[in-house]
Amino acid sequence: MSKKTECIAMLLAGGQGSRLGILTKNIAKPAVPYGGKYRIIDFPLSNCVNSGIYTVGVLTQYQPLELNDYIGNGAAWDLDRESGGVHILSPYQQIEGSEWYKGTANAIYQNINFIDRYDPEYVCILSGDHIYKMDYSKMLAYHKEKDAACTIAMLEVPWEEASRFGLMLVDDNGAITAFEEKPKEPHSNKASMGVYVFTWSKLREYLLADEADETSSNDFGKDLIPAMHQAGERLFAYCFDGYWKDVGTIDSLWEANLDLLRPSVDLDLSDPSWRIYSKSSAAPPHYISAKAKVQNSMITEGCSIAGEVDYSVLFARVKVEEGAVVDSSIVMPGTVIKKGAVVQYAIVAENAVIEPGAVVGEKPENTKNRDEWGVAVVGAGVRVGQGARVAPKAMVGEDVPAVSAEEEEK
Amino acid sequence: MIRSNDILGMIHSNAYDACLSELTNMRTMGSVPFGGRYRLIDFTLSNMVNAGIGKVGVLTKSNYQSLMDHLGTGRAWDLARKHGGMYLLPPFVTGENGNFGNRLDAIKGNLHFIARSDEEYVLMSDCNVVMNFSVSEFVAFHEKTGADISILVKRGKVPAMANMLVFETDGSSRVTSAVFGEAGEEGTFSTNIYFMKKALLERLVNEAAALKKKNFEEDIILANINSLKIFAMEHKGFAYAIDSLAAYYEANMALLEAPNAHDLFTSKRPIYTKVRDDMPALYGIESNVENCLISDGCVIKGRVENCILARGVTVEKGAVVRNSIIMQDSFIGAGAHAENVIFDKSVVLKPGKTLCGAEGFPVFVGKGIVI
Repeated sequence: MSKKTECIAMLLAGGQGSRLGILTKNIAKPAVPYGGKYRIIDFPLSNCVNSGIYTVGVLTQYQPLELNDYIGNGAAWDLDRESGGVHILSPYQQIEGSEWYKGTANAIYQNINFIDRYDPEYVCILSGDHIYKMDYSKMLAYHKEKDAACTIAMLEVPWEEASRFGLMLVDDNGAITAFEEKPKEPHSNKASMGVYVFTWSKLREYLLADEADETSSNDFGKDLIPAMHQAGERLFAYCFDGYWKDVGTIDSLWEANLDLLRPSVDLDLSDPSWRIYSKSSAAPPHYISAKAKVQNSMITEGCSIAGEVDYSVLFARVKVEEGAVVDSSIVMPGTVIKKGAVVQYAIVAENAVIEPGAVVGEKPENTKNRDEWGVAVVGAGVRVGQGARVAPKAMVGEDVPAVSAEEEEK
Repeated sequence: MIRSNDILGMIHSNAYDACLSELTNMRTMGSVPFGGRYRLIDFTLSNMVNAGIGKVGVLTKSNYQSLMDHLGTGRAWDLARKHGGMYLLPPFVTGENGNFGNRLDAIKGNLHFIARSDEEYVLMSDCNVVMNFSVSEFVAFHEKTGADISILVKRGKVPAMANMLVFETDGSSRVTSAVFGEAGEEGTFSTNIYFMKKALLERLVNEAAALKKKNFEEDIILANINSLKIFAMEHKGFAYAIDSLAAYYEANMALLEAPNAHDLFTSKRPIYTKVRDDMPALYGIESNVENCLISDGCVIKGRVENCILARGVTVEKGAVVRNSIIMQDSFIGAGAHAENVIFDKSVVLKPGKTLCGAEGFPVFVGKGIVI
C-alpha cells in the first residue's frame, strides 16, 4: 500500500495519432516532438508537477518504446520519487486472460488496482495529445467547491469551428445540462478539452458498470460520462481560457509550432513560474555562422546554422548548411539540410537528410492548384536525394532518389 | 585492466582562483561560467563520468555556495547514487592543516575521505584547463607504461600559473626532468591531471606532511622524478589553460572556430551541465546574428556578432553587441551598444547606453550591475 494521496493523475498516452501519418509510424503521438526541445507529453506532465500532482500513471499501448525511454524514471519532471512519481502502465496479462486497452475508460478500468494503492479522493484524467498550460489545482478546487462527481474542462471555441468538437450545454451555475458530440448545428461553443477531474469513488463505480455493459465502447466521452449524466450525477464544466491546441493533424502540428513565433499567441514557454520541463539533449549552445541569416525563428541547443532560416522552429542538433533555406518549417532533431537545399512549408522529422539542391514543400503563393496545397512531410531517417523534389502536401516515408540536372530539365 | 569503477575522481574546485579574480570574487574556479551554458567544472566532471568513474570528491576551499548550487546532488552527471556518486568536500580545518592554502593541504585535509574510499586508483584534476579528453585512454597509457604516476601534459605556451611544471621526457614518455616553467615560453606543461594508485598518493602526502613540506608539485613530483616512474601523456586536442581574464576571453572566443567546438563538444563524450529548462532561443523579425554561440532562453531582436551568449540573455531591438561574452540573464536594452565586453550574470545595459572595451582587452562588468 502506498501513501494516501489526495489527487493522482492518469495520462492517456496510448493513442496512435493516425492522422499524423508517418510521424507516428514508430512513436506514439504523445512522444511527437514539439516546440524545439519538447515532446507533446511534456505539457501535461509539466502541468501536473506545476499543479502539485506528483503521482502520475501514464497509460501506454501503441509503439511505447520511445515514450517509455523518454519518460524513464521521470527525473526530467522531478517525478522520480520515493512516494508517487511517474509510472508507465501498459496492458498486462491477468488470470482471466489478457486484453489491450479497448477504450479510454477501459484503460482506466484495467488500472483500478494501481489507483486504489494511493486511495485517492480525486483522479484527474488527462490526454497526451494537447499543447496547453493549465493549473489543474484550480480545477480541482472548483470540483470540490461544486461537490461534483465529474468536472470537465471546457474551452470556448469559435462558433464556426464548434461542430468539430464534443460540446457541452451549461447552466448559469456551471452545471452541464446536455452534451452534443460533433453536431451539425451546434447549440453551444463550449468544447471539451479532454481534461477531467473525477471523485474517485464515483468514477470507480461507473467504471465497473461500464465494463459490465457489453454494448459499451468503453469510452469516457461516448459512454461513461453520458451514463453519469443520465443517472443524474453532478457534472460541471470548468472554464479554461488560455492557449489550447489539439495537435492531431499535420496542419495543426505545424501551426501549433509556428504559434510559438507569434507574439500575439498566449503560450509563453519562458515563464519561470510555469516551466515546461523536458529531457535535456546535452548539446552545446547552437552556432550561427557569419554567413547565416536567421529571423523570426526558434532554435535550440546543438544546432549549427550557416544558411537562411525564417519563420521556422528547429530542434536540437539540426544542421543547415551554407546556401540552404528553411522557411515556414518545422525541423526535428538531428536532421541535416545540405548546401542549397530548400525546405519550405514542411515538417521534416528526426535524423532526415535533405541532400544538396533538393526542394521540400512549396510556398502556397507559388502553387498552381491552391486546393491541393498543404504542408509537406518528410519522415524520420528519410534521405531526400540530390536535386529531388517533395511536393506540397506529400508525405514521404521512404528515401527519395536523387534527380540529375538533365532529368530536372525534362 | 583497470576497472573504471575502481577509480576515485578528485577535483580541486578552487585551484588558481586568483588568476581570474574578477570572476571568482563570488565563486570558485569550478563554478565560473564558460561556453554559454557551462561551468568550468562541467568539463572535468563530464570527462570523469564519460569514462565510467562513479565516485568523485569535489574539494573546496572558499566561496563554494555557487558550486553547491550548480552541482546539487550530482544528478546532471549521473552522480546522484546510493553507492559512490558525488561528494562535495568542504574545507576540514584542524590544528594540523591550514585552510587549504595549496594542493597538498587540500589533499591532506581530505585524507580521511580518500582512505574511506574503496577505489584502488585516484584521478586528480583542477577546473581551469578546458578540454574534453578520454580518461580511459589516459588510464590505458598508465597501465601500458607501468607508471607510478601519470600526468596529462600539453605542448604550447606555458600558462602564467603558480607551480607550473614543465617536463622533459624520453622516447617512452617517461619524465626525465622537470622545472617550474616560465610563463609564455614554449614547453610541455602540466594540465595538473594526475593518475596514480590511491595508496601511493596517501603515502606521498603523509610523508611530505611529516616533513612539514608545503608544495605538492615541488615536494611530491619534482622530488620523486628519479625514485618513481613518472610518465607524461600529451593531450593533442583542444585545451585551454585559463590563467587570466584575457585567456578566459580567448578560450571562449576560440569556440567560435568550428574545429575547436567540435573537439570540445564531441558527441562521443558529451559535456553535461545543470539543466535549466529554458525555452529554445527566440529570434525576432529584425534580428541579425553572425558568428555566435547562442544558448537556450535567449531572446534576440537586435544585432549580435562574434559573441558567446549564455542562457536567458535578451538583446532588444536596435541593440548591437560585438566581440563579447554575455552571461546568464543579462539584458541589453533597445538601441544599446556593447563591444569587447564581458558581462557577468544579470548585468543590465540600459536602452541607448554604450559600453566598449578595447580589442583584446575586454571590459569586465560584475554580476547584477546596472549600467
